[in-house]
Amino acid sequence: MSADVELQNVSVSFGNFYAAKNVSVKIEKGEFFSFLGPSGCGKTTLLRAISGFSEPSDGKILIGNQDMAGIGANKRPTSLIFQNLALFPLMSVADNIAFSLEVRGTGKVQRRKRADELLELVALTGQGDKKVHELSGGQRQRVAIARALAIEPEVLLLDEPLSALDLKLRQKMRTELREIQKRVGITFIYITHDQGEALTMSDRIAVMNQGELEQIGSCHNVYESPRTPFVATFVGENNAFYGTVSAVNGDMVNVSVDGTNYLAKAGSLGEGTKYTFKKNDKVIMFVRPESIFLKDQNNQADNVFTANLKAIEFEGNLKNIYMSIDGKQNVRCSVSNAIDTTDLSNSKKVELKFSSRDAVVLPVGPLAVD
Amino acid sequence: MNYFFNKNGPLISTYLIISIGFWLVFLIIIPQLYMFDLSFRPNIPSLLRGGPDDVYTLTHYKHFLFGSETSGESYNYVDVGVFKDTLLIAVLITFINLCFCYPIAFYIAKVASANTARLLIVSLIIPFWINELLRSFALRILFAGEGFINNVLIKLGLIDNGINFIAMDVALYTGLNYAYILLMIFPLYNAMDTLDKNQLEAAEDLGSSMLKTHFRIVIPHAKAGIASGCTMVFMLTAGALATPVVLSSPNTFWFTQLIYQWFNMNDNWPRGAAYSVMLLSVSVVFVLLMMKIFKVKIGEIVR
Repeated sequence: MSADVELQNVSVSFGNFYAAKNVSVKIEKGEFFSFLGPSGCGKTTLLRAISGFSEPSDGKILIGNQDMAGIGANKRPTSLIFQNLALFPLMSVADNIAFSLEVRGTGKVQRRKRADELLELVALTGQGDKKVHELSGGQRQRVAIARALAIEPEVLLLDEPLSALDLKLRQKMRTELREIQKRVGITFIYITHDQGEALTMSDRIAVMNQGELEQIGSCHNVYESPRTPFVATFVGENNAFYGTVSAVNGDMVNVSVDGTNYLAKAGSLGEGTKYTFKKNDKVIMFVRPESIFLKDQNNQADNVFTANLKAIEFEGNLKNIYMSIDGKQNVRCSVSNAIDTTDLSNSKKVELKFSSRDAVVLPVGPLAVD
Repeated sequence: MNYFFNKNGPLISTYLIISIGFWLVFLIIIPQLYMFDLSFRPNIPSLLRGGPDDVYTLTHYKHFLFGSETSGESYNYVDVGVFKDTLLIAVLITFINLCFCYPIAFYIAKVASANTARLLIVSLIIPFWINELLRSFALRILFAGEGFINNVLIKLGLIDNGINFIAMDVALYTGLNYAYILLMIFPLYNAMDTLDKNQLEAAEDLGSSMLKTHFRIVIPHAKAGIASGCTMVFMLTAGALATPVVLSSPNTFWFTQLIYQWFNMNDNWPRGAAYSVMLLSVSVVFVLLMMKIFKVKIGEIVR
C-alpha cells in the first residue's frame, strides 16, 4: 500500500522549544490514524504542520508522495476540522458547507446541489437553510464534517472535534465518524488526548509524549504490548510494580518486588523483537487492573499474592478495588459489579492472582501520571 | 426600577441616574432644544425679546435656501454649495479613512502578537495627546509652500517649484483624515478582535484567498464596528472646525465655518442656530439612511 501522508523526521520548534521532535510516520491511504497524547505533547503542532498552517523547522511532509514544503493551507489536499469547529455563524448551513466551492467560483445551483448531497451523507437532509446556531451540538459536528468534505480532500484532519460534546453524544459521534470514514474512504488523521476515542475509532495509533513519538501500532498492539512505561500508563489503566530482575528465561522474566517473586513476559520493542534483560536490572512490571483476578480454589495462576484492602469504588458496571501490599506497593484491580465483595470488606485481606502472559516488564522510565 | 436599585445598591443607583440624567438633560437635550427654538426666532436685540416682534419665523431657513431677499439668485448657491461640498467631502473622507484604517485595525486585532499590538495601540494614541489645533498647524508647516514636503521634493529634484498644497486642499483633506482615525480604528479593532481566529484559518483551509476571506468573513463580522466608526468619523468630520480653519484654502469653506461666522462675527445667533440645526439633521438623516441600506441596527453599533 502506498503511503498517503508521510512525515520524515519532522521537527517543529518555537525558539529553543521543540513542540515536535524528529517525528517519522507513514500513514496509509484510507486509514483512520490517531495521534494520542496528553495536552502539550505536540500533536496539534503536527496537525497544523500537515494542514499547512505552519511549516516544520526540520524534515519533510509528503502527501500523496508530493513534498508539501512551501504549499499553503489553501492549496493542500487536506481539510481540517477545528476543535471548536469554526463554522461561520453568519452563513446558513448550506452556505457553510459550500463555502469551499463558493471561493472557487462554482455557480449557485451547483453549490446548492453539492451541499444537499453532503447534507444527505451526514444525515442532515433538509437542514440546509437553517442558521448554524439553530442546530444541536451533534448536528454542528456533522455540518463541520460535511464542510470539510466538500472540497473532496485526500486527507481529513480532525483536531479533537468531539471534546466539547457530552459523553453520550461523544460515543455516538465516534461510531458515526467511523462510518462516514468508511463511506468516503479517505484518510482520516485524528488528534485526541482521550484514549477511549483513539482506541474505538482508529486503525492505528501513534502515542506521543513531549513532542516525541513513543509508539505506533494497532489499538491492540498499543494496549497489550506497550513499548514504554509512558504508553503503558497513558493508554488505559495500569499497575506499576517497581522491582529488579532476579532471573531471565527466554522471553520470561522473574521480577522481585519487595522480596516477592513474580513471573512476567519481557516487553515488546515492536516488529517481533523484545527487550532483553539481565539479572539485577531495575524494571517496572505492568499488570492491568482487569487482568488481576480475585483468587478462588478452582483455578490456579503463575502469580499469586495477598494484599490489604483499602477501598472499593463503585463505577457502575465495574468495581475498582484499591489495595496495598505491606503498605508499600499499591495495587488496583477491576472486577465485574456482579461479583460479591462483602467477604473482602469484612476480612480486609485479599487473595489475588494474575497470569504471567498479562504482565509486561519494561525498563524503568517516566509514567504518564506521577 | 426596583430591580435596578436592588441590583446596584442605593448609592450607585442614585449616582448612575443623576449623572446620566444630568448629562442627557442638561448637557444635551436642553441646549439642543434651546438651539432648535432659537433657530425659529428673529434676530432682534435682547431688549425686544419676548416683545411683540419676537414671533416664530422661518426666515433663517429661507435665507439658507434662497439667500437674502434682495439677491436675484434663484437659490443661495454659496451656502447650499458649501453645505453640499462639506457633506460630500465628509463622505469621501469617511470612506478613505475606512480604507486606511481597516488594514491597521485588522493587523492589530488578528495578526500582530500581543506585545506588538500593545506597542501599535500606544503609538496610535500618543500623537492624539497633542490637541487638534496644534496637529493642524503642524500639518500646515509640513504642507506649506516652503514647508518640509516641498523642500524634500525640490531637494530630490522631483519638482522645480513648490506645490501649493494648501490651495489644492490636499492639506485640508489630509488633516481631516488624520484628525479622527482613532475613532475609526478602535471600533474596527473592537469588532475584529472578537472574531475567532479559527474562522480565518477555516476559510483559508477551505481554499479561500485573503481577499475573499475578508469579504465573506471579516467584513460581515465587523459590520457593526464599521458602521460605528463610519458614523462617528462622518459626523465629526462634517462638524469639524479647527482643522478647516487652519488648513483650508482661502477659497474653501467648511459649513461649520459659516455657522461660526453667524454666531461670532455677524452676531446673528438665531441664523447660526438654524444653520447648525440644518447640519445636524441632514447628517443624522444621512447616517440613518446608510444604516438602512447596509442593514445595520442602531443597537449593533453600540455593541
